[in-house]
Amino acid sequence: MIYEPSAVAVVVFAVFVAITLGLSFYFGAKARSAQGYFAAGGGIPWFVNGVAFAGDYLSAASFLGICGMIAFYGYDGFLYSIGYLAGWVVALFVVAEPLKRMGRFTFADALDGRFNSRGIKLAAAISTLVISVFYLIPQMVGAGALMRPLLGFSHVAGVITVGVTVVLIVVTAGMVSTTYVQFIKGGLLVFFCALLTVMILKRGLAVDPGQSGGRNYLPRRATLVANLPPQGMTPLEPGKAWAGKPYIRARDAADRIHVWRIESPRGDSRDAAAMAVDCQTVTLDKTGRRLVNGLPHGRGEGQSDLLPVGNIDALPDNQRQTGAVGPFQFLAVLGRSEIVQWSSEKITEDDGAGTTVYYPATHSGADLLLPGASPTFKGVRGGRFIDKLDFLSLMLSLFAGTASLPHILIRYYTVKDQASARKSTVVGIASIGAFYILTLYLGLGAMISGNLDVTNSNMAAPLLARTFGELPFAVISAIAFTTVLGTVSGLIMAASGAVAHDLMANVMQIGLTDHEKVRAGKIVAVVVGAVAMVLGVLFEKMNVTFLVGWAFNIAASANLPSLVMLLFWKRTTKQGITAAIVVGMLTSLAWVLASAQTFKDVYGLPPETALVPFSQPGIVTIPLGFAVLVVVSLATGPTAREQPVVKSE
Amino acid sequence: MAHFDSSHAPIPETESADVAARNARYGLVLFFLYLAVYTGFVLLNAFGAEWMQLELAGVSVAVLYGLALIVAAFVLSLVYGWLCRNR
Repeated sequence: MIYEPSAVAVVVFAVFVAITLGLSFYFGAKARSAQGYFAAGGGIPWFVNGVAFAGDYLSAASFLGICGMIAFYGYDGFLYSIGYLAGWVVALFVVAEPLKRMGRFTFADALDGRFNSRGIKLAAAISTLVISVFYLIPQMVGAGALMRPLLGFSHVAGVITVGVTVVLIVVTAGMVSTTYVQFIKGGLLVFFCALLTVMILKRGLAVDPGQSGGRNYLPRRATLVANLPPQGMTPLEPGKAWAGKPYIRARDAADRIHVWRIESPRGDSRDAAAMAVDCQTVTLDKTGRRLVNGLPHGRGEGQSDLLPVGNIDALPDNQRQTGAVGPFQFLAVLGRSEIVQWSSEKITEDDGAGTTVYYPATHSGADLLLPGASPTFKGVRGGRFIDKLDFLSLMLSLFAGTASLPHILIRYYTVKDQASARKSTVVGIASIGAFYILTLYLGLGAMISGNLDVTNSNMAAPLLARTFGELPFAVISAIAFTTVLGTVSGLIMAASGAVAHDLMANVMQIGLTDHEKVRAGKIVAVVVGAVAMVLGVLFEKMNVTFLVGWAFNIAASANLPSLVMLLFWKRTTKQGITAAIVVGMLTSLAWVLASAQTFKDVYGLPPETALVPFSQPGIVTIPLGFAVLVVVSLATGPTAREQPVVKSE
Repeated sequence: MAHFDSSHAPIPETESADVAARNARYGLVLFFLYLAVYTGFVLLNAFGAEWMQLELAGVSVAVLYGLALIVAAFVLSLVYGWLCRNR
């Protein structure tokens, strides 16, 4: 879809970025020492820190990815929300306070609190780096997705703008400005999502969502197969590529190619009354040209663009619209409605060009409000145990992953004591929980808004806002953008701390003065930022929530066994911890790289040839990490008892 | 915000070992409570689809259970904060 940048959006956007950068410079002028740079001097008030937790956590993936997933597949996106939030319970009840007592700057410090071991520092610093980078990819992809409709930038330009802005923020100020940026953004995000949800409920549900941005949506239009193709169009031969597929194709006088998909008959109605629905197609030919419905992509004469989609086909009791509804009534009515949902099929043409056909189908709302409607989770509805295992594995990783994320853990060091850490987590859980309930409404609202982009699920939330006007669109996009800025800067902070503090100062034992350490951290921030920009361009096509799921898998596999055993098992040794981190990180990373999803989306290989049976490694690699830790600790046992319990440095 | 530059002083311990041990115990109890509810949710999703389809006031158990999990996380965190208050 082509988006037209709007003047309001540009102005609102500029104001947001200016305020963010201004704050950054202001606080940057105040923080000079390493403690100030990496941990904000332990002087952030708990409430601010709590909302900043939400700011850190509610990344582009949460906002754009989950809304998109709910808009496209319903309940399955909500499963991610639940898993993400449940992870906080682990963080608060099990990990938060002991960690706070042990560490000072980074996750590695905390693990190393009991043993002064270079091995642990090395392993933990590397795992922090790997997880940060993996988590950075979806943030950058999200950034690119946002900048396109907002300012009319290309994906690459969007990614670079975000990268440069973030590096500027991190380099100028460090943890204090990062925290305040997160605070403002976390607060705004929850507030405006609540506002948008109220607007959705007030608008209610309607069969015809009407125009948005001056363009009509494309409903599901069905025609009798017997009447296709219509008079005056030239039918196209199926050739090898289209043979045996349920499509009818024809070219009209203006050279536009029309495609209809024959619907599989419902119930016992055979072919007599078979219907076919209008599709939209995108073709990438061998020269890299993008054709929409057979014409060059564009809005001008002789060009064609995709139309927005997503609407209710029928409301219960033959209503046309409901008017304002309450939050539960919204769900209940939706559950009894028929909803038009768009799927896609990829076809390789005879000449090697790739065509994606987007086609509508009607689903019952009740079906969309149950697990298993998306390709990711459809195994839940099947009978194969291995597919269910994939789902269980993801839910385990989400649960265990939050407490293992490096940029979440460092936020425990920015308040002054345990009581404050606790209080800020409560505030964090409240804001995040409220937000995830709101995303359910935003996602479902987008599903029926008539303004979904079939090619990009990540755009569902901003496009939904656009149906309420230019200003809501501008504000939501700008907030989403600061969201990306905030999360990316938090991640880069974590990575820069890992390298400057753990790797350089502690592992390589380079004698750095305070001032040099800060400078080293800033240089690392620039490098990590550059790497993130490159990856953000490479992974453009994947749904950002799916990518984040993987980051959680790796984080949980690498860090959780060490964290938990260190806190609860007295015979844990430093060799055990090092081995668990290394094994957990490498196996989960290898698993992800060998999974069907990566084969299909990144290498372009057939997914059946993947080397692992399902794509989420957590359920195998997290227990593996625990097992390795126990075995290695027992093998190296006696030293553990000799180790005095003292803090290094 | 006066202490941005208080640099190297370690973060002060404000709670004694006793208090910390007590809080840790509360934390674990609440954690296992939540774990049980979460596990129930995940297993029901994977193996108990027919239960998830049941409706209460027109809304499916799947949605209600999910919302309840989110609310429960918040309520338990409040309970924890209250149990761990400095006495």
